[in-house]
Amino acid sequence: MKNHNIQFKLNGETVSLSVQPNDVLLDVLRNRLGIKSPKVGCDRGDCGTCTVLMNGRTVRSCLALAVEADGAEVVTLEGANTTRKWTQKLQAKFHEKNAFQCGFCAPGVILSATELLEKNPKASAHDIKEAIAGNLCRCTGYEPIVEAIEETVKGK
Amino acid sequence: MPISAEFEYVKPKDMDEALHVFSLYREKARALAGGTDLLVHLKEGLAKPEVLVDLKALEDLGVFKLKGDILRLGALVTFTELIESPVVKSKFPVLWEAALTVASTGVRNRATLAGNICSAVPSADSAPALAVYEAEVLVRGLRGERRIPIENWFTGPKKTALQPDEIVAAVEIKVPAKKHGGCYMKLSRYEGEDLAQGGIAVLAFSDNTYRVAACALGPKPARCPATEAVLAGSKLGPKVLAQAKDAILTELSPISDIRSTKEYRLHMAQIMLGRALESAVARLFGKGARYGAENIC
Repeated sequence: MKNHNIQFKLNGETVSLSVQPNDVLLDVLRNRLGIKSPKVGCDRGDCGTCTVLMNGRTVRSCLALAVEADGAEVVTLEGANTTRKWTQKLQAKFHEKNAFQCGFCAPGVILSATELLEKNPKASAHDIKEAIAGNLCRCTGYEPIVEAIEETVKGK
Repeated sequence: MPISAEFEYVKPKDMDEALHVFSLYREKARALAGGTDLLVHLKEGLAKPEVLVDLKALEDLGVFKLKGDILRLGALVTFTELIESPVVKSKFPVLWEAALTVASTGVRNRATLAGNICSAVPSADSAPALAVYEAEVLVRGLRGERRIPIENWFTGPKKTALQPDEIVAAVEIKVPAKKHGGCYMKLSRYEGEDLAQGGIAVLAFSDNTYRVAACALGPKPARCPATEAVLAGSKLGPKVLAQAKDAILTELSPISDIRSTKEYRLHMAQIMLGRALESAVARLFGKGARYGAENIC
């Protein structure tokens, strides 16, 4: 296999590295770039715990090749935390409401909620449930998560 | 999990370059757009290409354009783009309604309409909507362009009319000339992301003709001509609805699998047909639920 030199923005900083065609973005983020917020869950696009923002949209980093990130802007929770308007507000509210238990799904949920509120700051409970439908949480039954996002919307 | 299969990766800058790769590698080349199916297949060893051809640098394939009453959707158009398009929502509401039921946001942001019909799984949510709008698939090869009616596109489970040296350039759909209402009704085990246990799309026209198509209720998504014939010319009422429910059983052949039994699928197909027809007719007269509100059976 022929290696590819790729360059992309990761949390605001330009990174350059050489990747193989079959390198998965999630693995490269975690194992080579030290970004640990996206998790390896189902590894087939169902659970949402590997969520990252790519060019402003949530994507499954387990279903993207690293080489596809060439030229893109990738933001993970590590970076969203300081650069996205809604992320910190959401985190504060999740924290206040103790909305997560184990936290494995948290980075994905927070990024999905960030994307939703960037698109629709007046999101309804239905919109919220739809936006996080692809983020599986095995601890909470979702109620405190949905409430935390609702309260962030209302600015409580 | 790393991908154990080994392959080369190319990202052609123009269509000719891409088509040359396909003409050279044929079955050993795979097109990469959203990758949401392909990466799963690569990880599971179901796809073993020698080369992946990333189509995302081909600007022609990003086209999203309404010209007259024909909407051209390039092969790179994602489900999120469909959902966010006022044109799709107002002129092709059944496709819009179906797009809302595909997987989840994080998948829809990358997954493409063209990819959905190229994967050609029997449960493809976009397929019944494309069938009732009588879509055409535009494919390109070195020999030129072909237009394949969606009726002839699916040839079996995960099989299409696409030749190994061709790629899908776009899908075209035409706004139906007659006044109509429509509905995509999806049956799944839970709200949120799930593959369809069954799906039925309906268009009801003001002259009492109807188009009906189904997915996950046979080896491939397909129109239901016998059901349409029974309905044609009648106002929707209990008698004709009962006849249509009998008719649809003659043209469905679902399997039993992890998501549902064959018997349950057939039973629910009749119920979904009834609800989808009632919803489509109500919408035709401006009275039904707003599109996207009640699309889960």
